[in-house]
Amino acid sequence: MFTAFLIKYAEIGVKGKNRYLFEDMLVHQMKHALKKCEGKFLIHKSQGRIFVEAQGEFDFEEAVERLKRVFGISGICPVVYAEDQGFEKLCDSVLAYVDQVYPDKQRTFKVNARRARKDYPLESMEINAKLGEAILNAYPEMSVDVHKPEILLNVEIREKIYIYSEIIPGPGGMPVGTGGKAMLLLSGGIDSPVAGYMIAKRGVKLDAVYFHAPPYTSEWAKQKVVDLARIVSRYAGPIWLHVINFTDIQLYIHEKCPHEELTIIMRRYMMRIAEQIAKETECLGLITGESIGQVASQTMQSLAATNEVCSLPVYRPLIGFDKLEIVEVANKIETFETSILPYEDCCTIFVAKHPVTKPNLKVIRRHEQNLEEGIGELVRVALETKELIIVEE
Amino acid sequence: MEIYLDNSATTRTFPEVAELMTKIMCEDYGNPSSLHMKGIQAEQYLRSAKETFARILKVNEKEIFFTSGGTESDNMALIGCARANARMGKHLITTQIEHPAILNTMRYLESVGFQVTYLPVNAYGQISLEDLQRAMTRETILVSVMHTNNEIGSLQPIAQAASLVKRMNPHTLFHVDAVQGFGKAKIYPKRMGIDLLSVSGHKIHGPKGVGLLYIGSQVKIQPILHGGGQQRNLRSGTDNVPGIAGFARAAQLLYDHYEDDVKRLYQCKKYFCDGVRKLEGVKLNGLLPGEPDGAGTAPHIVSLSVRDVRSEVLLHALEEEGICVSAGSACAARKPQPSATLKAIGIERDLLESTIRFSFSIYTTQEELDYTLRALYDKIPMLRRYTRKR
Repeated sequence: MFTAFLIKYAEIGVKGKNRYLFEDMLVHQMKHALKKCEGKFLIHKSQGRIFVEAQGEFDFEEAVERLKRVFGISGICPVVYAEDQGFEKLCDSVLAYVDQVYPDKQRTFKVNARRARKDYPLESMEINAKLGEAILNAYPEMSVDVHKPEILLNVEIREKIYIYSEIIPGPGGMPVGTGGKAMLLLSGGIDSPVAGYMIAKRGVKLDAVYFHAPPYTSEWAKQKVVDLARIVSRYAGPIWLHVINFTDIQLYIHEKCPHEELTIIMRRYMMRIAEQIAKETECLGLITGESIGQVASQTMQSLAATNEVCSLPVYRPLIGFDKLEIVEVANKIETFETSILPYEDCCTIFVAKHPVTKPNLKVIRRHEQNLEEGIGELVRVALETKELIIVEE
Repeated sequence: MEIYLDNSATTRTFPEVAELMTKIMCEDYGNPSSLHMKGIQAEQYLRSAKETFARILKVNEKEIFFTSGGTESDNMALIGCARANARMGKHLITTQIEHPAILNTMRYLESVGFQVTYLPVNAYGQISLEDLQRAMTRETILVSVMHTNNEIGSLQPIAQAASLVKRMNPHTLFHVDAVQGFGKAKIYPKRMGIDLLSVSGHKIHGPKGVGLLYIGSQVKIQPILHGGGQQRNLRSGTDNVPGIAGFARAAQLLYDHYEDDVKRLYQCKKYFCDGVRKLEGVKLNGLLPGEPDGAGTAPHIVSLSVRDVRSEVLLHALEEEGICVSAGSACAARKPQPSATLKAIGIERDLLESTIRFSFSIYTTQEELDYTLRALYDKIPMLRRYTRKR
C-alpha cells in the first residue's frame, strides 16, 4: 500500500549556506543505494524534505533495508499518497490507512495536519478536528491523546496528499562523500571493518589496505578481507582495496630485530606503507580499529610507537570501546560472522609468546636501524607490486 | 604447472563420465518415474547402473540404493537402522577415527537416547578386535567401522571384525564407510559379512552429489527421507539419473583396470615415501611397522608430519608451486580444531598442527612426484628458518 518514503535527516538540517551540498549528496547516495533494488524510484527534494516515490511495483522491504544503510538518513517514513479529490475522499483514505496499518485499534492517536498549499479550503486545525472525529466514529476503541499519542498521524497537503505515521530509524551520520576520503587498515579481524563503518558514517569515503603474507596467510584469508570490504561497501560505497604483499618485509624484520618487538616494528611499517598509499590516493587520514589495551600492540605506549611514523592524522574510532561493544556493532553491520572465520592473518603468524607491551621508542628506533640496509628496497617493491581490487556491493 | 595431490578430497571427473552425463542432461533427461518413453529411457540408465554396482560388489541389484553421497549414505545407514532396530537395543559401536559424517551422526543418535562406544586405535590407526569384543553387549544393534581412513590411510580388519560381531550376536548389523576404500580395494559385502556399505561418487572420478548405500536384503531399516516413494520407498526423491549413470561409469572404468592401477598407486606411494625420508625431522604417519612401502595401508594416501612447519603454511608454500595438498583432511581443514584421527593415533602434540596429506590418483605421474619432492626439499628448510621463535 505504501508508494513513497519521506526521508528525515537530522544533522544536515542544521547546516548553513552549504546545506544543499549535503542534501544533494544524500540524494545521490540514495539513488545509488536503490539502483539494485527491485522497482523504479523517483527521488526529489521539495521544500526541505526528500521524497522517494516508487514508480509502480517495488519491493518495500528491500527498499527499506537499503535506505537504512544510507548515512545521513535519520528516519524513513513509509508514505501513502492520495490525489486531492475533496475532503470526503481524504477522510476515506485516512480511515483506510489507519485500518491497514493498525489492525489492533486499542491505541491513542493524534492527527497532525500540515497545509503546504494554503489555498486548501480547510485550515490545519480544522482538518485535525474533522479527521480526528471521523477516526473516532469509525473506530470507537481508539482514543485521542494530544500530548503523548501512540500514533502520530501526519497528513500533509501538497499537490498530492501524503499520509504517514511510522518512522523507521535510519543510520544517522552524514552522506558519504561529504567528508573527504581516508585509508582504512583492514586486517580481517572484528575491529577494522567496524572502524571503517564508523568513519564512513561521518561522511568519509573509504580506501582500504590489506597486508597479505603468502604462504603464511592463504588466499582464503585474502578472500575474507575482500568479503569484509564488500559488506562495509554496502554502507560506505565502492572501496578501493589495495593489497600489499608483506611477506618479505615481515621475514626481514623477523631476521633482523628482536622477536618481542616484531609486531610493533611490523606495524610501524604497515603504517608507513599505508600512509604512502594514502598520500598517492588523496586520502586525508588513516583509520585503524585499535582500542586501548586490547592487545600488546594497542597499549598507550605501543600506540605512541606506531603513531609516530605517520604525519597524516590516524583516526581510531574504537579507541574507547570494549571488545563486546565492538562485537555489537559488528553484528549490527553484519561483518561479525565473516570476521571470525578462522584464517590466519599476518599479525598472528610470527607473534612472540611475550611481545613487548611498553615499547621504548628509543630502543625501537635503534633496532629499526638494523633494517636500514634492505628495508627501503623491500618497501619499494611492495608498493610497486601492490594489487588493486575495486570492491562494491 | 598444476599438480593435484588431493585426491582424497575429490578427484578429477573422467572425461567419459562427463560426456555421458552431458548426453543424459541434454537428451535423455526424462524422469524414471514417468510412464512415457522418456521415462523408460531414463530408467534404463538406472537399471544399468545398479547392474554395474551389483557386479562390482557381487551383491543383488535390489540391494543398491543411490543417495546424494557419502554423508547421506552414512546418515541413512546409522539413523535408519537405529530407528528400525531400537526395540532390540540402544547401543552402537564405532571408532574414534571415523569421518565426521559418522562421528557427528553418532553424536546426534546419542542426543536422542542411544549409547555409543568409540573404539580407540593403535599408533597405526587400527582398532583391536579385543576392544571390539569387549565393547559388544546384548544391546548392540549396529557396529560401524570405516574401511580406509581418510587422513592417514589406515585399513581396518573389516572381515575379521564383521565375523566377530556376527559370532557374538547374529542380529547386530555391520556397516562399513568405504568412501575412501572403494575403487582402491576389492570389497565384497556378502563374503566379508558387511550388512551396509557407503560409497561416494566423486572420490572415484565420478560426479559430486551422488553415492550409494548397499543394504543387505536381511537388514531392517527405515527411510530418513520421505516423499514420492522412489527406490522401493527407502529413498524418496527424483533419481539423479545423470549423476548415477556417471557414477556407475566411473566405477566400471576404475575396476576395468583395477589390478594395474592399484599396483601403480603403491609404487607411487613407495617412491614418494622413500623420497620424503631424505628430509630431516619428518614423520610418515600410519605406515605399518616393517612395511615401509605402504603395504597394509591405503595405496593412495600419505600423511606427513613436518617438525617446526605449520601445515597451513607448508600447504600454501606448495600451492605457490602449483601443488595442491590438504592439511589434515579436506573436510576438517577449514576448521580450527586439530584432527580427531591424528589425536587418536597418539601423534606428538608438536606435530598435530604440522601434518599434511598427499593423496594420489591414477592421473598422478612420477614426474609430478619428483617435482613435489623437489618443492619439499626447497621449501621446508626455508620455512624452518622463519618459524615462531621459542
